[in-house]
Amino acid sequence: MKGLHSGLVSPEGNWWEPVGKQEKTWVTISFIWCMLLFAMMPLWHFKGGQNPSSGVRSKVDAQAFRERHQRFVKDYQVMVDGQPLMDGKDKNIPVVAPPPGSEVYIQASMWTWSPVLRLQKGATYSVHLSSVDLNHGFSLYPLNLNLQVVPGYDYNLKMTPNQTGEFRIICNEFCGIGHHMMVGKVEVVE
Amino acid sequence: MTSRTCPILGLKIERHAEWLVRVNAVTAIVFFLVGVIAALLLVLTRWQAVHYLTAPWYYRVLTAHGLNMLIFFIIFFEMAVLYFAGPIMLNCRVPAPGVGWASFGLMLLGALMVNYYVWAGKADVLFTSYVPMKAHPGYYLGIILFAVGALVVTGLFFAALVVARREKTYKGSVPLVTFGAFTAAVIAVITLLHGAIIYIPTFLWSLGLMDMDAEMYRMVWWGLGHSSQQINVAAHVACWYLLAGLTVGGVVLNEKVSRTAYVLYVLFISMASAHHLLVDPGLSAPWKIWNTSYAMYLAVLASMIHGFTVPGGIEAGMRLRGFNQGLFQWLTRAPWFDPGFSALWLSLVIFGFGGGITGVVIGTEQINIIAHNTLRIPGHFHMTVVAGTALCFMGVTYYVIPLIFRRRVALWPLARVQPFLFGAGISLMAIGMTYAGGFGVPRRHWDISFTNAAFSIEFPPIVDLFMALVGIGGILAAVGGLSYVAVAVLSLLGRPLSDSELKEGGPGIPQGISSLPPQSYSVEETEAAHSRGCPGTMVLVFIFLAAFVVYYFANWKLLALIWKVG
Repeated sequence: MKGLHSGLVSPEGNWWEPVGKQEKTWVTISFIWCMLLFAMMPLWHFKGGQNPSSGVRSKVDAQAFRERHQRFVKDYQVMVDGQPLMDGKDKNIPVVAPPPGSEVYIQASMWTWSPVLRLQKGATYSVHLSSVDLNHGFSLYPLNLNLQVVPGYDYNLKMTPNQTGEFRIICNEFCGIGHHMMVGKVEVVE
Repeated sequence: MTSRTCPILGLKIERHAEWLVRVNAVTAIVFFLVGVIAALLLVLTRWQAVHYLTAPWYYRVLTAHGLNMLIFFIIFFEMAVLYFAGPIMLNCRVPAPGVGWASFGLMLLGALMVNYYVWAGKADVLFTSYVPMKAHPGYYLGIILFAVGALVVTGLFFAALVVARREKTYKGSVPLVTFGAFTAAVIAVITLLHGAIIYIPTFLWSLGLMDMDAEMYRMVWWGLGHSSQQINVAAHVACWYLLAGLTVGGVVLNEKVSRTAYVLYVLFISMASAHHLLVDPGLSAPWKIWNTSYAMYLAVLASMIHGFTVPGGIEAGMRLRGFNQGLFQWLTRAPWFDPGFSALWLSLVIFGFGGGITGVVIGTEQINIIAHNTLRIPGHFHMTVVAGTALCFMGVTYYVIPLIFRRRVALWPLARVQPFLFGAGISLMAIGMTYAGGFGVPRRHWDISFTNAAFSIEFPPIVDLFMALVGIGGILAAVGGLSYVAVAVLSLLGRPLSDSELKEGGPGIPQGISSLPPQSYSVEETEAAHSRGCPGTMVLVFIFLAAFVVYYFANWKLLALIWKVG
């Protein structure tokens, strides 16, 4: 055994010495904890309900996504007295009520989330998220459900609302000077 | 080249090394001052009751804050650490000092260019500059110049290791502190190469010469953005060992364990880029899980090891010096008003309990869904890089002033409490951010009252309380930060000290300088130390583990409450 010294001293000779009991205990427990931390993630893919990496992950160009979004709006737009229902003050965002199980296209652009969605509680939707300009951040309030929206990529995830009410989509990725005004809406009904 | 012998540490200090440490450290502190003024403006804006800056200026100042703190302050300081841990600690000369000065000039030029374009409003792209958001080409060029300069300095550090070995300026292996700085330098090379891979194409893209893919940018950029934080971790852990030795005679419990932990950093830490992309499209679950966990959390294991060996080394060192009563006399009798020690201890505790635990938790693939881009993220990293790295570097500064600048630490009564001010302020602010983020309050957001938005949102009143905490904690931290700058600048304006004055001590000379604790012990003393062990540290690390486990599973529980996604 050699003498203890501080981290400023050059250790001479062979310092590859046996590890003390307390250190060994702590390293072992830490290692087991790290393995548990690691195991939780694959486990949640099988047992848990929230996984951000499932679904189709494909590239999509802005124009193609914009057209797909327009078709989605046209197909399921909510009509009142023969007129399409709009919401969002002067932003005039169409309100869309897709049937359960349908493909839903949410388009992010500076500085609008389109459309306003009317979903049913307990129904599952296949949601596609993309941006037609910059990065945006999809943050469903007050659930605090956050996803990154990247231009050129279709982020497709299945979503199942488990409660009714009015929700908001906050943009939480900086997207220029109007970033703070970029708020969307999702309604969930029985 | 002339050199002198340090009267405290007995090291041969060459003039070039001394001046390179001085100039890099002073430059770091100047950029810190810019960053801290920016920080004050930012908290006074995010605190919605004050809401001081306009939207364009908020984002501009936010860009400047990130760059000046995370890049310019920290990396200039790390350059000083490299010169200290290399040539000075190894008693050798600076190989090619001219290159050292040239790369300093290059880094300074880059930093000034970046600041010019940011403050002129030509680069309102925030720290991350995600494409296709575009800044002036000069902004990217400035970052490239800075990075090239830093890369050359790491090369000089490696060259110093070779020169020291060849010229036999030390015996045995390099000290642990130098080894830690070495791993930081290796990680710096990995990081800066990522920087080159992303900023050079981005620079060309900004000139209209090529296309960029938004997701590819994010992936490679974070190879720079996160790995640079890993340089900081490796560097500040090295500084923990340095300060532990200088302030209380903290020992290295086992060289093998501490060095192996450093090697784990080098091997796995650059995979962390992934934890910024956990809720991104285009990436598979296996890729995210493997990379976000740094290969099964082996780099986290490394931090947990240092989290034992640093306090354990302090405990063993204090016990060797006779503070042997009970579990915690080594802590209660520690020199709490030596700012070198208090900065070390607060950095260790806040980094571990605050930054470390929150980081692993929000960096879990699925839990990231309830954290990504909310205020939980800056809450986390202000406890790692600010309370961890910056606070530790402040503690180092209080020793560098007498050792390298040969000056008294000015405003000594203020300096003695400065780490507490700064540590408390950052902690309050980060706690406020973390809880506000838990309610979905976004980061990087000028107005969470959402004026003129298409739909209104009102956060619950408790969020106002947390945002007030962000404001008050931020102001306190800014006062702590400005105190640090004032102390440092006034110290340098003081008169140089002679060797005997340094040894004499008195106000402005930390106790570790005037009475340096023993740095090595005999075999008999060592045997006694090993049989005593570190019972106090064992208690502390198990409290840490319990906090970790509770916070981790509480977050899974919160996640399970939201909609099914996936």
